Amino acid sequence: MPSLKDLRNRIASVKATQKITKAMQMVAAAKLRRAQEAAEAARPYAERMEQVLANLAVAFEGRDDAPKLMSGTGKDQVHLLVVATAERGLCGGFNSNIAKLARDKARSLIAEGKTVKILCVGKKGFDAIKRELGQYVIKTIELRGMKNVAFSNADEIGAELLSMYADGEFDICTLFYSKFESVIAQVPTAQQLIPADLPTDAAGGEGGAAAVYEYEPDEAEILEDLLPRNISVQVFRALLENAASEQGARMSAMDNATRNAGDMIDKLTISYNRQRQAQITTELIEIISGAEAL
Amino acid sequence: MADLFQFELVSPERQLLSEQVLEVIVPGTEGEFGVLKNHSPFMSTIKPGILKVRKEGGTLDEYFVRGGFADVANTGLTILAEQATPVSEISADDLATQIKNAEEDVADAKGDDAKQKAEQALSHLRDVAEALKAA
Repeated sequence: MPSLKDLRNRIASVKATQKITKAMQMVAAAKLRRAQEAAEAARPYAERMEQVLANLAVAFEGRDDAPKLMSGTGKDQVHLLVVATAERGLCGGFNSNIAKLARDKARSLIAEGKTVKILCVGKKGFDAIKRELGQYVIKTIELRGMKNVAFSNADEIGAELLSMYADGEFDICTLFYSKFESVIAQVPTAQQLIPADLPTDAAGGEGGAAAVYEYEPDEAEILEDLLPRNISVQVFRALLENAASEQGARMSAMDNATRNAGDMIDKLTISYNRQRQAQITTELIEIISGAEAL
Repeated sequence: MADLFQFELVSPERQLLSEQVLEVIVPGTEGEFGVLKNHSPFMSTIKPGILKVRKEGGTLDEYFVRGGFADVANTGLTILAEQATPVSEISADDLATQIKNAEEDVADAKGDDAKQKAEQALSHLRDVAEALKAA
């Protein structure tokens, strides 16, 4: 049975913890709003890009001269997994969910006898993966100290992927990130980046058929110009979604922590009061029985 | 009085402009072209350069754009630019760094094709720098 002093100390320490988690929750809420705005601002670009690519992809479907970024290398031996996570912890299951999805995928690929390479974006993902799959990690990119994700960050990663692809270092590239659905729901997602996974059936929606378009320079050149850009855009979008998800996850995790701390304080206070009462009762009994004995 | 049409200028980070305009002059890879209302559907990549937007009333806005493409559809013109900055906000220093980067690209480029592309980008940037100086 802890003494009264111990209980007092514990209550004070839990209260201090609660203050911290509460502050973190509020910071996360403010950051979440900004991250969400950034993600929304980037949406038109990505959507237009997708639409245009889908239009172009229809023209190239089934053709042999389609760019390699779209048709693939014709093999699926070497897989590159790009795992995008946060730089910081204390955000609930955010990092571990992404890492888990990537690990499962890596395991099943290895079981199939494929070669797996992993590129980590964000420190926490690397931490979660290195114990089991450390030998497959070829590179870690840290985005530390960056307040907001800029397109240039995504562009660098995109350029890195493209040069690796051009050197034939992998056949298929999959990007892992967390999709932001709402503050309480973030869905870890795997998206195939290379070869580009284009929804060809969605084409021709706006302004009629794609065939009426005039292209300058011709379709092939435009497509070759656009596909590398698309990689960067997709990476950028993933990073933004991740940023919003991270803050959302942190917010709900910290909300939980604050509530748990509150419950704990209540419980501790009750047992503190009980014990105080018991102590007073004992003292009274001692005094009274002492007085009676006289 | 010419008719207005919908024009959107979008960069990956934000939407810079979305409004009704009179005319847009776009620096296409194979030459500048102007877009008025009811232009036929058309798509072109763009080179680094100055994008001119004539708004209702005749005021002319200028934007520096780099990398991307223009998409003219029945509904209007959309420009997706990797970078887009109003000319009034761009500084000579910015441009100088970009030119330096482009020079490094030329030095790093592997293969003739890549080299040619990098050199092209560099010469475009130099053109822009000169155009801005003159203005």
